[in-house]
Amino acid sequence: MIVGKQKPISEIWDMIKDFKKIIVFGCNTCVAVCHAGGSKEAEILASLLRIKALQEGVDMTVESGACERQCEPEFIQQHLEALKAHDLVLSIGCGAGVNLLSAYTGNTPVFPGLNTEFYGAVQQAGHFIEVCGGCGNCILHLTGGICPIVRCSKSLLNGPCGGTNNGKCEINSEQDCAWCLIIERMKQLDKLEQLFAIQPPKDWSRGTYGGPREVIVEHIAADEKNSVGSTKERKS
Amino acid sequence: MKSGSNLERVIRSGKPAITAELGPPMSASPDDVIRKAKMLKGFCDAANITDCQTAVVRMSSIAAAAITHSQGLEPIMQMTCRDRNRIAMQADLLGAAALGIRNCLCIAGDHQKFGAAGKLKGHPGAKNVYDVDTIQLVGILKKMRDEGLQQGGDTIDAPPKFFIGASWTPFGDPMDFRPYNLKKKVDAGADFIQTQGVYDMDLFKTQMEKARNLGILDRTAILAGIIVPKSAAMLAYLDASVPGVTVPRQLIDRMNKAKETASGDKQKAKQLQEEEGIRITVELIHQALEIPGVKGVHIQAIEGEALIERITKEAGLYPRPEI
Repeated sequence: MIVGKQKPISEIWDMIKDFKKIIVFGCNTCVAVCHAGGSKEAEILASLLRIKALQEGVDMTVESGACERQCEPEFIQQHLEALKAHDLVLSIGCGAGVNLLSAYTGNTPVFPGLNTEFYGAVQQAGHFIEVCGGCGNCILHLTGGICPIVRCSKSLLNGPCGGTNNGKCEINSEQDCAWCLIIERMKQLDKLEQLFAIQPPKDWSRGTYGGPREVIVEHIAADEKNSVGSTKERKS
Repeated sequence: MKSGSNLERVIRSGKPAITAELGPPMSASPDDVIRKAKMLKGFCDAANITDCQTAVVRMSSIAAAAITHSQGLEPIMQMTCRDRNRIAMQADLLGAAALGIRNCLCIAGDHQKFGAAGKLKGHPGAKNVYDVDTIQLVGILKKMRDEGLQQGGDTIDAPPKFFIGASWTPFGDPMDFRPYNLKKKVDAGADFIQTQGVYDMDLFKTQMEKARNLGILDRTAILAGIIVPKSAAMLAYLDASVPGVTVPRQLIDRMNKAKETASGDKQKAKQLQEEEGIRITVELIHQALEIPGVKGVHIQAIEGEALIERITKEAGLYPRPEI
């Protein structure tokens, strides 16, 4: 899932204090699972901002709302009229949600109420860890299902550096060394010898370094293109 | 000859090679580099020029290496994977070769968050690069030198002739993987290897034996890392806190004994420990050179370039060969 973390209230307040009619808008998918941006969190944040406005003596209304997925037009469509009736949408969806909402809300700006952190997994309740770099060129079959792109602080592809200390990373004694985990896992799978092969320089252009990416599912995209009011047509 | 560097010539001659370390200053003045180069010249075969070690900004390794070269001391330019992508790395390698630099040591580099752990501020908020890793960088240098090709495939009119180095932490976690890690570096093209500081020679011997069994030792020159100990406290710190460094109890006890002999006189305790540190260093050099496959030593005297002359002489490794 995409893991997010709400921005500090002070930062949010600085962003929104000059607006009069605000809606805090959540997303009930990824960021709800990580307790940062679902409808419940939207209600709480709206309350906190109303209190803050009272404390600061600022005349402001703050409502809340949420949809199932801010990153899909069909889920935000039914909320657009209500959103546009405000002079600010404070989205607590991930960055994808903020981007998509922004493209549809006309003259109403959309601000981010949370920081999109990473593609993560649940370590234990309330503890999320970054596990995927979204590099567009997955090699997890070579590394025992442990991503060296983000779980190794140096994104090393050919084994551990010299900074490993008691199985931990040099940047933090609490942080597991990804390569120690990879080596243990490959031993368990009886595939350690796969790590002896040299991995060549990676083609990062398939990731975020190659410019903005698109994924087009041909058979679905073709149908959509033929129908009136497709996403692309609306955007242009 | 792959590079024609002095280091390569000494190693090829079969005589034990000595490398030392020259840390560039946090300064735009060349004076410190010149001063240190003068201290080291004639007492080692080449000196490592570190590349913003601990992720703290210092004079660039390429510039400091060029200054060192101009002083008649052969530099080993270090290049980390932390700060440059493959485009910048290869451009710097061409430039370094054009300036007369003939040795390059490829390392991952300390993480920028690591620098913030010390007394200096560093730049923990910096964006690191890690476009390629150490083993890939070694391969890039080899391809440039031997095939006259850039990593991307474009040709190089005058290929840079580097003697290619990499580091090795023989006691790093997981220790049973480290010989394979070394093999990958050698397979990628590392002509020489400098190890992390080694104090436990028995343990080092077993790791070297494993390396020998992997058929690595006739394809690369291992230079055993020797960190000159200055005090019992430093040895205890190295043992407890520096990744991949193990210090036998007996060496710490020896230093403590030297300290106690001063019976509370701090100045004397410092001096006696430093003397004991030199004796330990010389012993370690001799022990390391006895190990099959060890072709030399890499002496790290942290902010102690002046000690290299004495150590080399007391170890019976002076004068340095002129080949």
